[in-house]
Amino acid sequence: MSTTLAVLEQRDGALRKISYEVVTAAQRLGGTVEAVVCGSGAVQGTDQVGRFGADTVVTLTNPSFAKYDPEGCAQALAERIKQGGYAAVVFAASATGKDLAPRVAAKLGVAVTADITEVAAEGGAIVAIRPVYAGKALLKVKVAAQPAVLSVRPNVFTPVERPKAGNAETVAVAVSPGRVVVREVKAAPAGTLDVAEAQIIISGGRGLKEPANFKVLEELARAFGGRAAVGASRAVVDAGWRAHADQVGQTGKTVSPSLYIAVGISGAIQHLAGMRTSKVIVAINKDKDAPIFKVADYGIVGDLFEIVPKLTEEIRKLHG
Amino acid sequence: MKIACCIKRVPDSETRVKIAADGKSLDAAGVKFVMNPYDEFAVEEALRRKEKAGSGEVVVICLGPAAGQETIRTALAMGADRGVLLQTDKPLPPDSFETARLIAAELKSGTWDLILFGRMAIDDYNHQVGVLVAELLGLPCVSAVSHLDIEGVKGIAEREIEGGIEVVEFPLPALLTVDKGLNEPRYPALKGIMAAKKKPLEVKPIQVGAGAIEVAALTPPPERKEGKIVGEGPGAVGELVRLLREEAKVL
Repeated sequence: MSTTLAVLEQRDGALRKISYEVVTAAQRLGGTVEAVVCGSGAVQGTDQVGRFGADTVVTLTNPSFAKYDPEGCAQALAERIKQGGYAAVVFAASATGKDLAPRVAAKLGVAVTADITEVAAEGGAIVAIRPVYAGKALLKVKVAAQPAVLSVRPNVFTPVERPKAGNAETVAVAVSPGRVVVREVKAAPAGTLDVAEAQIIISGGRGLKEPANFKVLEELARAFGGRAAVGASRAVVDAGWRAHADQVGQTGKTVSPSLYIAVGISGAIQHLAGMRTSKVIVAINKDKDAPIFKVADYGIVGDLFEIVPKLTEEIRKLHG
Repeated sequence: MKIACCIKRVPDSETRVKIAADGKSLDAAGVKFVMNPYDEFAVEEALRRKEKAGSGEVVVICLGPAAGQETIRTALAMGADRGVLLQTDKPLPPDSFETARLIAAELKSGTWDLILFGRMAIDDYNHQVGVLVAELLGLPCVSAVSHLDIEGVKGIAEREIEGGIEVVEFPLPALLTVDKGLNEPRYPALKGIMAAKKKPLEVKPIQVGAGAIEVAALTPPPERKEGKIVGEGPGAVGELVRLLREEAKVL
C-alpha cells in the first residue's frame, strides 16, 4: 500500500494549525500517512497529529532548524523522500510551504502541483484541482510525477478526526550549512491575527473614507474574540491606509475563511480573486449595484458607519 | 551589475475567462495579454540595481509564444538592455519543472550577479518557477522578497510570512523572486518606447516537453448560490445575524 508524506510546519517549536490540514489532505489519498516536521528539538503538538490520521510522526532535528532553514530543511526532506519511496508528498501552500515545496521538488526532479483545493486518488493516479486565472477557472490535473508533490491551500481542508497510532520518532539529521539564513522574524503586534489564517475576516475598502475609520472594523473583529482579522482591498493598501500584509486579492493574499465580511468594498475582480472561495460572504455597501453583492451570500445596503457598529453590538451580545 | 529578469506574458487580470472547445485550455480569442504584474516589480528592481551600480546590463528572458516579443519590448521600453525570447508555439505545460529546465538552460549560458523572477504568474498561480530554477542552477534563493538591501556581495531581503516578516541574509550571486511592495514599477516613457524598437531581441525556438502533470479539464468555478439582500440600513442587522446563525451556521 502506498505511503503519503505530510510535511508539517512549525514556528518557535510549536506546530502550526495548517499542519492538521496537510495531514487531512494526505489522508484523502488513502494508504498510510507519515507526517514529518523539521525542528531544533521536540515540536509541541506532534502528539496530536495521530488524531487527524497520521500513522507515524517523525521529527527531523538539527540545531539550524530553530528558525526556518530553507536549504537545510529542503536537503533533509529530499534525502528522506528519496529513501522512503513515497507516492505523494503534501506541503502547505503557506508562506513557508510556497518556498520549501519547490526547493524539495527540484531536488526530486519534479514540479509542485501547487495550491490545490481538492485531491483524490482515482484509479492509481493522483487527481487534484487548483484555482487558476484569479479563481475564474478550476484546473483539474492528473499527476504522474513520482512522487507527486502537492501543496494545499490554507483553510480549505478542514481537519477531520480519524484517529491513528501517530507513533512518534525523532531522527537527528546532518545538513550542509545554509547560504540563505533567516536572521530574524519581525513579528506583527501581539494579538493581531494574519488574514491568511483567520476563520473570520472583516475587510475594508475605499468606502471607509479614511484610514482612521478602520477602527470601526477593528472593533467588530475584537467582538469575535480573537478569531477575526481585519483585511483590506488593494485600493486602500495602494493609498497607504493599510499594510500590504493585510491585502486580500490578486496581488495580496488568497483567503478561504468561514466568514468573510466585505465592508465598503465594491468587489473588483482582483479582490474577488482573493476571497471567492470563502465559505460565507457578507457584503455591506451603500451602492446596491456594487459587484460584491453578486458573490455575497448576504448583503446589507446602506451606510457602513451605521451598520457596522450595530453588527458589533449584536456580535458582542452573542459572545457576551 | 549583470542582471537577468525572467518574465511571462499572461492574460490581463480583467480578462473574462472563456474555456476553449477542448475543455482544457483558455480560449485566447479577444484576450488582452500583458506582462505578469509581479514581473514588473522584477524589471523595475533590476533597473534600479543597475542604475545604483552605475554600470551593468539588464537582460530580459521570456518563455512563450511569438507574441512574447511584445512583452519583452515593454521591458526594453522600461529600460532593459536586451531580450531573449525562448519561443514555443505550444501552450506551456502545467508541469513547471519543464518550464524551469528550459529557463535554467538559457541562464546557464551567461554569468549573472542577480536573477529576478516575479513570485508567481497571475495565470497559472504556480508560484514556483523561480525557486525551481535556483535549485537547478545551484544558486542561493530567497522567494517573495518585498524589501531588499544589497551591499557588495551580501544581500538582506525581507519576506512576508503569516503574522510577521522574515529577515533573510544571502550571498550574491543569487536568484530572488519578488513580491508587491518592493518598488513602484515605472511606466515606459515615449523615449523609452522608441529606443526599445532598436534594442537587440534574440528569438530562440525551443521544444517544450509535456511533463508529468496532465490537464484533465479546465472548468468554470461553481456558481455561488444566488445571494440575498437582507435589507437596508442598520435595521437589517438583526436579521443578518439570525441568518448567519441559523441558516449559514457560521456564528
